[in-house]
Amino acid sequence: MFTDDAGKGGISAGGPGNSAESNRRTGGDLVQLITPRGERVSHPEFDPWVQDVSDEQLGALYEDMVVIRRIDTEATALQRQGELALWPPLLGQEASQIGSARALRDDDFVFPSYRDNGVAYCRGVNPEDIVKAWRGNALAGWDPYTVNVATQQIIIGAQTLHATGYAMGIQNDGADSVAVAYFGDGATSEGDVNEALVFAASFQSPVVFFCQNNHWAISEPVRLQSHIQIADRAAGFGIPSMRVDGNDVLAVMAATRIAIDRARHGGGPTFIESVTYRMGPHTTADDPTRYRDANELEDWAAKDPIARLKSLLERKGLLTEDLETAVGAKADAVAKALRAGTINMPEPQPLDIFKHVYSTPHSPLDRQQDHYSRYLASFGDPAEAASEEGAR
Amino acid sequence: MTKMTFARAINSGLRKSLENDPKVILMGEDIGALGGVFRVTDGLQKDFGKHRVVDTPLAESGIMGTAVGLAYRGYRPVVEIQFDGFIYPAFDQIVSQVAKMHYRTQGAVKMPITIRVPFGGGIGSPEHHSESPEAYFTHTSGLRVISVSNPQDAFTMIQQAIASDDPVLYFEPKRRYHDKGEVDETLDLSAALPMEKARVVSEGTDVTLVAYGPLVKTAKDAALAAADEGVSVEVIDLRSLAPLDFATLEASVRKTGRLVITHEASQTGGIGAEVAASITERCFYHLEAAPVRVTGFDVPYPYSKLEMHHLPGLDRILDGVDRALGRPNSLSGLEG
Repeated sequence: MFTDDAGKGGISAGGPGNSAESNRRTGGDLVQLITPRGERVSHPEFDPWVQDVSDEQLGALYEDMVVIRRIDTEATALQRQGELALWPPLLGQEASQIGSARALRDDDFVFPSYRDNGVAYCRGVNPEDIVKAWRGNALAGWDPYTVNVATQQIIIGAQTLHATGYAMGIQNDGADSVAVAYFGDGATSEGDVNEALVFAASFQSPVVFFCQNNHWAISEPVRLQSHIQIADRAAGFGIPSMRVDGNDVLAVMAATRIAIDRARHGGGPTFIESVTYRMGPHTTADDPTRYRDANELEDWAAKDPIARLKSLLERKGLLTEDLETAVGAKADAVAKALRAGTINMPEPQPLDIFKHVYSTPHSPLDRQQDHYSRYLASFGDPAEAASEEGAR
Repeated sequence: MTKMTFARAINSGLRKSLENDPKVILMGEDIGALGGVFRVTDGLQKDFGKHRVVDTPLAESGIMGTAVGLAYRGYRPVVEIQFDGFIYPAFDQIVSQVAKMHYRTQGAVKMPITIRVPFGGGIGSPEHHSESPEAYFTHTSGLRVISVSNPQDAFTMIQQAIASDDPVLYFEPKRRYHDKGEVDETLDLSAALPMEKARVVSEGTDVTLVAYGPLVKTAKDAALAAADEGVSVEVIDLRSLAPLDFATLEASVRKTGRLVITHEASQTGGIGAEVAASITERCFYHLEAAPVRVTGFDVPYPYSKLEMHHLPGLDRILDGVDRALGRPNSLSGLEG
C-alpha cells in the first residue's frame, strides 16, 4: 500500500506489499477471461475478439506457452552450466508474451526488450539465435527484417521511440501494418517512454504500447515507478488504455487485437498494461530473496498462466493424452535442439570485432584492424594468439 | 554559380535531397512554418508537406529515437537539433542506438540519419546556445562527424551526409550563417570531394594550421596576416572530424614540419588532441617542434561579454603559429 508519509521518515516509496491492487486506482478494472482456476468468464467487450479462437488454437497457445517455458528453463540451466554468460528468465510472463504476439500479423513490426523471448519465439526466431547474445557470440542474434522483430533492447524504454518512429514511417507509406513496443513497468519511468507516448499521440501513429507490469524492476517494486496504476497514465497523453490480466492468455490476446485493430484502421496508439509477475530473478545474476517476500511469489504461483490455461482445457475436455504427449515431445525436442545449438555454436573470429562498425570504409579503423592482424600474426598461429590475448 | 548565404546553401542542399529521394524526411523543432530559428529550412514544409518536413514535439530524445524507428523502416531522417547545447537529451539515443545499430545487427539495419547541429559561439547568446560538443561524437564509434566552413561545402556536404548509409553529425557554424559565397548548385555529388576528405585551403611551407567550421575563416585571415610577416602558413580545413583525413594532414606536416590546431571547443580530449597525438605518432621525425593547440579553454562556455576571450581569434592563432615556429610569443621562456 502507498504511504504518504515520505516527509516523516525520509524519502520512501511506501511500505510492504506490491500487489496490483495496492496501486492507487483511478481507472478501469482488470480484464479477465479465464480465472486462475481455469473458468471461462464472459466479458461483453472482450469476448467478441477471441470468439474465433478454436479448441485447436487453444491447444496451440498452450503448446506455445509450455515450449517457451521449457526454452526458458533450458536457458537458465545452460547459464548455470557455464554455457551462457547470463539469462533473463520470463517465467510467469508466458501468457502476456504469447497472447500478444499471436495477435499480430507477419508484417507488423515488434520492438522488444531483452526479456521478450516468448515474443521472439512466436515470431519465428530460432531459439539458439535467442540465446546467441547471452552466450556472448553476438550483440544480437537475428536479422530484424527476416522476422519483423527488432533486436532486443537493453537500454530501458529506448525501443518505445523506435516503435513510434517506425509507426510514423508506416503512416507515411500509407500501409496498414502496426508497430508494437514491448517494455516493462520500470520503463514507464524513463523519459523515452513518455516522449514516445507524446509523439504517438501527437501524430496518431499506429503503435501499440504493450507494457508487461511484472511488478519488479530488478529489486524495485512497481509502486516506486508509479503512484497510480500504470494504464491510467496513458489518459494523460490522450491515449486509450486497457488493463488486462497478463496471466490470462485470452484476455491478453483480446486486448492486443483491439489495440491492433484500432491502429490498423487509423485510430492511433493504444496502451496495454498486462498485469503479470516475474516469478524468477531479473537475470541469472540476481537474487530476489534479498528484496521480496516468499509469500508474494506463492500468491502469484497460484495464478500461474500455464496452469490456468491447462485447467481451462481440462474443463473443456480438451486436455487429451495426445495433446499432452505432443506438447511434451515438442518441448523436449526444442530444448534438445537449443542445447545442442548452443554448445556447438561457431566461435566468432578475432577480426570480426572490426566488422560492420560502418557501412563504408573508414581508414583509421581499417588501420587499427591492419595493425591488430599484424600483431596476431606475430604469434604465428592467430587463433592461439587470440586465445592467449583473451586469457590475460 | 550563385551567390548565397551559408544558411541558404544548406537550405538548397536539403531541398535537392528532398527532391531526389522520397525517403528523405526532415524532423525538428520549429522547422516547419517558421523555417527553423535560423531559417535554414525556410519554405521546405510549404513545398514538401508536413509529412516530409515534420515539426516535432519539444523532446530531443524523442526526435532522435523516432528517427531511429524511421530509419528502421527505410527512411533517411534529417534531424535538426535547434542549438548545440540542446543535443544532450538526445545523447543516449545517438550513442547507444544510432551509432551502434549497424554493428549490433551485423549490418542488417542501417542508420542513414543526418543530425544537423548549429554549433559554436560568437553571436552573444545566452547559456547553452554557443557550445562545441563535437568531441563527444568523434569519440563514439559508428558515427561520422563533419563540419562545414563555407557555403559551397555546406550545400554539397549536407547532400553527401544524407546520402551516406552511416549516421552523420553535420556541425554548422552558426556565426557564419549570414556569410555569403559562390555556390555551384549543379555540382554533381559524385564529382565533389568526398566528405571524409580534408581540403588544403591555402598552401604554405612554414607551418600547417588546421581548423574546421567557424575557425577556417579566422585561420585564413591569420595566414594572410602571417604572410605580411613573411611566414608561409598552410591552412587545412578538416571538414571531416571523424574519420580524420590523415593522408592530407601527414602530407602537409611532412612538408612544413610544424603543426598548429585550432578549435572553439575546449582543449582536453578535443579534436586538436587527437590530431596532435596521431600526427606525432605518424610523422614524429618530420616534426621540428611540438604540435600546438589554440583552443577554447577548459571552462563551461562563458557569458557572452567574455566569449571573445574564450574563442580563438586571429591574434591568438598567430601567437600559436609563433610558438610552433619558435619565434617570440606569449609563452616565451616558459617550459612545457
